[in-house]
Amino acid sequence: MSTPNLLAQTLPILRLTSRRTTGVIALHVRCYTQATAAPLPAGPSRALRTTARRSPLAVHIPKRPFSVSSAVFHGHIQPPKPGEELYVTFIDKEGAEHKFAVSKGDNLLDIAQANDLEMEGACGGSCACSTCHVIVMDQEYYDKMPEPDDDENDMLDLAFGLQETSRLGCQVVMTPELDGLRVKLPSMTRNLQSKDFN
Amino acid sequence: MVLVRFAWARPCVPWRSLNASFSVFTFRSLSTTQSIQSDSSVPAARDGRQFRLAVIGSGPAGFYTAYRAMSKIPDAKVDMYEALPVPFGLVRFGVAPDHPEVKNCQEKFEEVASSPNFTFIGNVSIGTKSDHPDGATVPLASILRHYNAVVFSYGAAKDRKLGIPGEDLKGVYSARQFVGWYNGLPEHANLAPDLTQGEEAVIIGQGNVALDVARMLLEDVDVLRKSDIAEHAIETLSKSKVKRVHIVGRRGPMQAAFTIKEIRELMRLPSVAFHPIDKSLIPPDLKSLPRAPRRLMDILLKGSPTPPSDASNQKSWSLDFLLSPTAFLSSSTDPDHLATTQFARTTLTPSPFDPNAYALPSPPSSSSTTTLPSAITFRSIGYRSTPLPEFAPLGIPFNDRWGVISNDGRGRVRHEERGADAAMAMGAFPGLYCAGWVKRGPTGVIASTMEDAFSTADAIAEDWATRATSGRVVPFLNDDRAPGEVRGWEGVRAEAFTSSSSSRGGAVEKARVVDWEGWKKIDAAERERGRRVGKEREKFTSTQDMLAVLG
Ligand SMILES: Cc1cc2nc3c(=O)[nH]c(=O)nc-3n(C[C@H](O)[C@H](O)[C@H](O)COP(=O)(O)OP(=O)(O)OC[C@H]3O[C@@H](n4cnc5c(N)ncnc54)[C@H](O)[C@@H]3O)c2cc1C
Ligand SMILES: NC(=O)c1ccc[n+]([C@@H]2O[C@H](COP(=O)([O-])OP(=O)(O)OC[C@H]3O[C@@H](n4cnc5c(N)ncnc54)[C@H](OP(=O)(O)O)[C@@H]3O)[C@@H](O)[C@H]2O)c1
Ligand code: FES
Repeated sequence: MSTPNLLAQTLPILRLTSRRTTGVIALHVRCYTQATAAPLPAGPSRALRTTARRSPLAVHIPKRPFSVSSAVFHGHIQPPKPGEELYVTFIDKEGAEHKFAVSKGDNLLDIAQANDLEMEGACGGSCACSTCHVIVMDQEYYDKMPEPDDDENDMLDLAFGLQETSRLGCQVVMTPELDGLRVKLPSMTRNLQSKDFN
Repeated sequence: MVLVRFAWARPCVPWRSLNASFSVFTFRSLSTTQSIQSDSSVPAARDGRQFRLAVIGSGPAGFYTAYRAMSKIPDAKVDMYEALPVPFGLVRFGVAPDHPEVKNCQEKFEEVASSPNFTFIGNVSIGTKSDHPDGATVPLASILRHYNAVVFSYGAAKDRKLGIPGEDLKGVYSARQFVGWYNGLPEHANLAPDLTQGEEAVIIGQGNVALDVARMLLEDVDVLRKSDIAEHAIETLSKSKVKRVHIVGRRGPMQAAFTIKEIRELMRLPSVAFHPIDKSLIPPDLKSLPRAPRRLMDILLKGSPTPPSDASNQKSWSLDFLLSPTAFLSSSTDPDHLATTQFARTTLTPSPFDPNAYALPSPPSSSSTTTLPSAITFRSIGYRSTPLPEFAPLGIPFNDRWGVISNDGRGRVRHEERGADAAMAMGAFPGLYCAGWVKRGPTGVIASTMEDAFSTADAIAEDWATRATSGRVVPFLNDDRAPGEVRGWEGVRAEAFTSSSSSRGGAVEKARVVDWEGWKKIDAAERERGRRVGKEREKFTSTQDMLAVLG
């Protein structure tokens, strides 16, 4: 008899307040000097990367060595017009911060993919896979977003590590109110079922 | 003739207990800094060797493992073998035709396949005779001679049986056959299910596959017509007399395997009614439930916007709980054909609200069995993986009980054995890995299969890199051969596809190997066929027709 599903699905859900979330994550965030004064790097999107993300000894290996250029591949992102930049920060699975200048209308999945962050987006942003799960770091920003609809909530129910401020990246669209948004990528997107391993 | 021998070696890396290796998450959190390093310190070559990986099976597990392994091990060469002439496994032959967005993951697979370090070898079955006459078969032993590592990601191509009387009656189908049939899987293209025997259909099992089957039976055929559903399925479905679908589970709503998205889809079907569920099985205080079950119970209680009515043309469905199937019965007039399905009532213990409750047979009474009229019944109780026939002679461990290749939870093939001191030890199988449903069992959506494949690829990259980071060496296949001698597909082709092999392998040299370009031609031809009839794609439903495109 297979092990039942529902409890297993609910077990990994961490119900933390956003304040506590921030606290927990802060422990893992390393200190970086932010290259705010440096000129925007040339490239498909004008990303403001925080520096010293990797050890200087380590050679940087791009995550997608064989894609032409993911920004071209998922070509939905326009560089922001000067003066109209909105800023969004992603905190990756290792705790490193990546801050980007983006345009109004960009969604978080497209932004992450254009900048080679580890976000799959398996269903191409159709709200059908939950591999673009992000956790909004500040309740205040979460409250400014239009509420998730039933379809998004249904997918979130299956997302691993669901928290009070979880959203699907493909459904969150940047607006001026969200300037300064900070989101965290959960450590794992899968929904662990105990029967997967027994 | 088996050239590769497997020694029951002691584990070459300290074996983490299943719990400790429970998830990528655990691994990552243990070695945050390390994983960044290993990302960049995985050597392209070890002792001057380029890493050569064979992937058996082209479903999501195969593609996501290949993707991650290629990202982590620079210049790794990956050859992917697929028994069918066409790739993508259950994404093509499982995912419902009215879920086109789920198939968007194929974009990523296309991207992987476009790498010069990736080779697709379609229409070649490994280690088990191709199930279609136009396909080639290559012995697993031959693969093991030509690679550093092999990933088994061949999925679950059989289904579980109930083992109750009457399972072979006409009118009893497995969901796997039915799904394969409407999705154009060559193996089941000729299933011709009979949907004209009556109005009542029964589906046994309450997983998402059961809901897919129900939706196909209830959905407006004109909606399906525009999808990539097989043409023969449209013809049959448009003549269907089925109006009433029972989706039957042995436990209750709090224990059901289906997920909310699929329930909502059924609830939203225009003018299809849902029969209200037995409220006594739903916890009275929904607010105290965690989010996911609370939302699910809520939607089950709300039901469908269309109420059930007596209108003669109304289609409707119900979730029938606490019924365990005991027999398929025929009628006296037609002893070969199913007429009713018989169930025993069950009781949930410790309580109907416990998500882990067991279903026990109810105490005998006049009402402890019941029957449902069944013009047709589908058995949807799960898929099943089987070992490749060559596993036994090669000594590769397969856990029959769980239907998975024995592994350490991260995809390294391992076998538990009791040593002389009665302590459990792990037998290691250098260079052998597994991913996806054959590693984890036949559950999980594409997102979970992806995470699972990533954890396997991370284990491979970690093993390959071990010398660089710790000075130890994790053995791989063919370590004793000179670097240039491990030639991957080139070596396999030379060995298995020469005329001299015909005496051993039969039709191997006649069979056509389909490379990625070949698949793109089949793909274009299918899209063109679809365009003519206003569909996304009209699939070829025989391997012969697929291969005919290649001239
Ligand atoms: C009916 C159905 C509907 C589903 N719908 C959804 C959905 O809507 N959304 C979702 O997220 N998930 C869905 N899933 C789950 C998803 O399909 C699985 O998680 C995933 O496909 C498992 O991947 P896999 O690679 O392990 O196996 P598979 O996809 O089965 O791939 C295995 C591949 O190996 C090949 N193969 C087998 N034997 C050999 C051999 N000897 N040599 C060479 N090749 C071989 C097979 O032909 C096949 O191509 C569905 C599953 C089913 C059954
Ligand atoms: N749209 C989608 O996302 C989608 C679509 C299809 C499939 N999938 C995924 O693919 C995976 C496989 O789906 P599945 O439906 O094949 O498997 P599943 O989710 O494991 O469901 C199997 C069902 O069969 C029942 N069952 C098993 N043995 C039985 C027996 N002897 N008698 C009576 N009932 C029995 C189980 O009941 P118990 O719980 O009592 O054991 C359960 O209800 C799942 O992870 C599913 O989510 C996803
Ligand atoms: S990309 Fe699939 S749900 Fe967002």
